[in-house]
Amino acid sequence: MSNNTENNENTGLIKLVWRWFWLPTARFALGTLLIVGFVSGIFFWGGFNWAMEATNNEAFCIGCHEMEANVYREYKQTVHYNNRTGVRATCPDCHVPKTWVHKIARKIQASNELYHHFLGTVDTREKFEAKRLKLASNVWKVMKKTDSRECRNCHNFDYMDFTVQENRASKRHAEAIDTGKTCIDCHKGIAHELPEGAFDEERKLNKASE
Amino acid sequence: MKSIKSILAAALISAVMTGLPVIGNVSAQDAETWSLRGAIALEDAAPLADVKKQNTSGKLGRAYRQQPPLIPHRMEKYQINSKINQCLRCHDWPYSNEEGAPKVSETHYFNRNGVALDTVAGTRWFCTQCHVPQVQGRALVRNKFRNASEVE
Repeated sequence: MSNNTENNENTGLIKLVWRWFWLPTARFALGTLLIVGFVSGIFFWGGFNWAMEATNNEAFCIGCHEMEANVYREYKQTVHYNNRTGVRATCPDCHVPKTWVHKIARKIQASNELYHHFLGTVDTREKFEAKRLKLASNVWKVMKKTDSRECRNCHNFDYMDFTVQENRASKRHAEAIDTGKTCIDCHKGIAHELPEGAFDEERKLNKASE
Repeated sequence: MKSIKSILAAALISAVMTGLPVIGNVSAQDAETWSLRGAIALEDAAPLADVKKQNTSGKLGRAYRQQPPLIPHRMEKYQINSKINQCLRCHDWPYSNEEGAPKVSETHYFNRNGVALDTVAGTRWFCTQCHVPQVQGRALVRNKFRNASEVE
């Protein structure tokens, strides 16, 4: 190591550390390195996963008052919060993908939400209502693009018993299968209030996808 | 070898004997005997069972002339407020064309001064003030109500 620095006097600190990092060790046994690497791998991966799950539950979501005071209170009135059988879909069930890659992508996108939280973009009901159509249509667009992937974690056409659906519902669902529609094409505002102008926006979205 | 042939022949004969009368009696049996499947041919899909059908005959009749039409479907969770009216997602023009839902009456587009509007007037905005969902339930109170058309 000292030889290296003597040979290249112009070497910067980063380069130095880089070289040191790739030097073979003479002090530790290969076994020690493997075991330490393995154990710390488990530790770090576990920690990473823990942190991810810690930010992936309702309590975390409504930690921000923007979520608690607006969308959470509305959601509490709906069937996804309170129902006959006591099955509940919480925030991440609908808004965070279950598969790893998509989940990470969504988590990275969420940094934008943090940014706007600290900026106070929607920190009052009035500001939230003014932005609501844009925010809602962002979610609709994503759900359309993913073919309502998060809905379909629980609701799947293949598992639906049309005979126990109301006659209108079974008819329209059969149509939806035939025409390749996705849940969000029709089911908007099921867990949160609809913004003003929601139907015009819906027409625009559905027209664009045809 | 001979025995195998005779067994085969016996089997064939018995199959024909038992099979023929069944084929011959199909039309006779149809009149009196029904399969669990009913009269639906095997290659056809059976129609949906009649469960949870709230309205099987389209629009519901009115009990008296001025009665606001009843709502033949669930709508407890529909959002009707200053921002939006979810009923209009299907019952307002032009959605009613696409959804095949009855269009809101034109009278609902006139405000209190008789001015025609493009959207349902504020005075008519809250559908459930007049239109109520119908259920096939027993009367809460025993009564002698009859449709106006049935009254002499």
